[in-house]
Amino acid sequence: MLPITERTIAPGVTLRAVQTNKFKTSTLAVTFLEPLSEETASLNALLPKVLRRGTRTCPDMEALSAALDDLYGGSIEPVVRKKGEVQCVSFWGSFLDDAFVPPGTRLLEPAAALLGQIILDPAGDGTAFLPEYVESEKANLLDKIRGEINDKLQYAMACLRRTMCAGEAYGVGRLGSEERAAAITGQALYARYQDLLRTAPVYLYYCGSADIDRVEAAFRSALAGLPEGDRRAIPATRLVEAPAGEVRRASEAMDVTQGKLVLGFRAGRRYRTLEEVARATLFNAVFGGSTNSKLFLNVREKLSLCYFASASLAMTKGVMLVYSGVEFANFQRAEEEILSQLRACREGNITPEELEAARLSAVSSFRAALDAQGRLEEYWLNRFFSGTDFPPEELAEAISRVTLEEVVEVAKAIRLDTIFTLTGKEA
Amino acid sequence: MMTREYPRIGETVFEEVLDNGLHVFVFPKPEFGKSYAFFATRYGGMDTRFRLGDKWLDTPMGIAHYLEHKMFDTPDGNALQTLSAAGASPNAFTSTDITGYHFECTDKFWDNLRTLLTFVSVPYFTEESVEKEQGIIAQEIRMYEDNPGWQVYHMLMENLYVHNPVRNSVAGSVESIAEITAETLYRCHEAFYTPSNMVLCVAGNVDPEEVCALAREILPGENKPAIPRDRGADEPREAGAPYSERTMAVATPLFQMGVKVRPGEDGPAQLRQRLLGDLACEALMGSSSPLYSRLYAQGLINSSFYCGYSDDPGTAFLIVGGESKDPAAIRDAILAEADRVRAEGLDEGLFQRLKKAAYGAYVRGLNSFENLCVSQARAYFAGQDPWTFPELYDGMTRQDAEAFLRDWLRPEHVTLSVIRPEEAEE
Repeated sequence: MLPITERTIAPGVTLRAVQTNKFKTSTLAVTFLEPLSEETASLNALLPKVLRRGTRTCPDMEALSAALDDLYGGSIEPVVRKKGEVQCVSFWGSFLDDAFVPPGTRLLEPAAALLGQIILDPAGDGTAFLPEYVESEKANLLDKIRGEINDKLQYAMACLRRTMCAGEAYGVGRLGSEERAAAITGQALYARYQDLLRTAPVYLYYCGSADIDRVEAAFRSALAGLPEGDRRAIPATRLVEAPAGEVRRASEAMDVTQGKLVLGFRAGRRYRTLEEVARATLFNAVFGGSTNSKLFLNVREKLSLCYFASASLAMTKGVMLVYSGVEFANFQRAEEEILSQLRACREGNITPEELEAARLSAVSSFRAALDAQGRLEEYWLNRFFSGTDFPPEELAEAISRVTLEEVVEVAKAIRLDTIFTLTGKEA
Repeated sequence: MMTREYPRIGETVFEEVLDNGLHVFVFPKPEFGKSYAFFATRYGGMDTRFRLGDKWLDTPMGIAHYLEHKMFDTPDGNALQTLSAAGASPNAFTSTDITGYHFECTDKFWDNLRTLLTFVSVPYFTEESVEKEQGIIAQEIRMYEDNPGWQVYHMLMENLYVHNPVRNSVAGSVESIAEITAETLYRCHEAFYTPSNMVLCVAGNVDPEEVCALAREILPGENKPAIPRDRGADEPREAGAPYSERTMAVATPLFQMGVKVRPGEDGPAQLRQRLLGDLACEALMGSSSPLYSRLYAQGLINSSFYCGYSDDPGTAFLIVGGESKDPAAIRDAILAEADRVRAEGLDEGLFQRLKKAAYGAYVRGLNSFENLCVSQARAYFAGQDPWTFPELYDGMTRQDAEAFLRDWLRPEHVTLSVIRPEEAEE
């Protein structure tokens, strides 16, 4: 077991730490949890990028890089993630463990201090960000939003979400929209920053060889300047149980040689507790979440209908996406076959071999999460924002107890909502 | 069996050479739940022309990758499914110089290792099964061709190299793979999938002796001599072409810049040159350099910018890339900065910090079992010990990096490939 310890540092500021000697590096992360919304998504996405440009002590990227290089090539990266309808704005730090630097050198304290400086002490006069940082990061953000078209699969999935969840926060992209991003002013961004520092719940995470007391002391000292505010609870994600009506269809033509087919489903409920997550995870593995899944074995391997076909279920939102890369001529057949595989799951048409193979891959995936720092951080963030705290070992254990009937129950609740296709342009 | 300790980086490596010539490396990891195995052959996309017996064979572009796909077929079905059904995450890749098969698992390691060693050493395919794969691989190739990142790299390699087969796409083309037959695949397997041309690397909570015992039991016993390969005529020192571009559905232009470098002598010298090349590159334009800050502030580069040293057998180059409105301006700025460094030298403080950072990045990479095993395999094929990097860094000076930049950062070695957005219609 890799135990996690939780401490409350201040109201709305929680530390969770995993102590282990397994890794060469330690991870320290600070995450602000914001409700995902059209109005603030781009501001929140831009904020960590601007903060990462410089602090009062290290006012530009060259100085910041030098400070990080001096800490044996440590990294502190802004990361913006969408979890259900929560926008997680993080700084993710990774530093060599003290065992691999010259004796007597300690990296945790200076690393935490630098992280704190980046968050709390931006370059500027203390009343605004440096305009040139805002402008250039805004341009980068716009490029990034426009560049979402480069990854055709991600783009198609985003189009599906936008169509299916129009009017829901879930339809908003991780980085917000081009229009909103273009309208951002330095003033609005600084106001958003002040607000975020005071009102957002803060989640601190550490994984490495140091004990919790040392970690707490390092974070406390680094974040001493964090304003005492009235922090919100962790934002909720709205559940839409069933599709609004008829299956909706949307399509876009682009200059591509391979088509993308994305199907969006409503799962009928959310999956949050240990048992619920275990059931939904196993269903997803059986249907489309592994190389033993029905989608992989039938749609890809047996019928060669597409290059890949996978499913992923957003547990707290109750939305499942099936996505595949398909030749234009096969759109119709691939769609039929994907739906027929879902029907098979619903009817309990799952062989013991299929169930066990999927179970093994799901169980392994959580056991393996214990051996990778990035995945462990992601796992614990998922737990934190959904208000749970069961460790990966317990989830693996729970998955091994899920029955066929429970998997079928998950499948039965799923309803097709929207279909999106990315097609080629007429020659 | 030989055991080597690397206390500075906290690693221990067991090495054994079996009678059939297979090299086995094991990294014991008692505190981990997962295990990882990597079984690789020194055979990749660049090895299309070779001598089998007394005849030179010309095989279609993309055949090593095609063979990789077909190796998963077994008399019982498909090894990918066998491994997945046993809870492992299997995969494989073909690069320009090697083909590797691997899995990670938390359970049933020995069953999975047995499956891996068996399916990779026993070819099993028919004309029908080979034919059926055409559609799947053609789809894969189309997917690459739609990927701007893949295209810009492919163009770069075609610009840099005139003869060396690294300029060819590893997966080949839809046309070239149409020529592949079961017969040719069997020939390629016979030539390159012999234990003496392969390596097995394992990381996890496993007994190294048991790994060797299983390999001895399953793999053929014969120790065959190496197969001669033809990797094209000698390359000129200069880049083959200075520039190429095309349009695709991208929002911002995508570019890669290559700087052709003469590869180091085989063996440890090559490893040293790779570490030095990376350091020199970081010092000139990496995220801590004055040039990077300037280009970033001018809006010419963004956080997608990257640079580094890359080498394959017989080739070495610096690669720089990212998104930019004006790729040519970046190229010119890099060359101008190289001129400045030639005149003024590098900053000593910067260089020392970068050395610490490079060491840190290398150690950090050891968190990944995949990286540990794949690095070991590649280094073994290249005649190197990859875990000597702390000592190699110790011995590197600012003057070494300056000399590297002086020798190679010259216009005649440089090429640029660019993907531009399509013109707006209507």
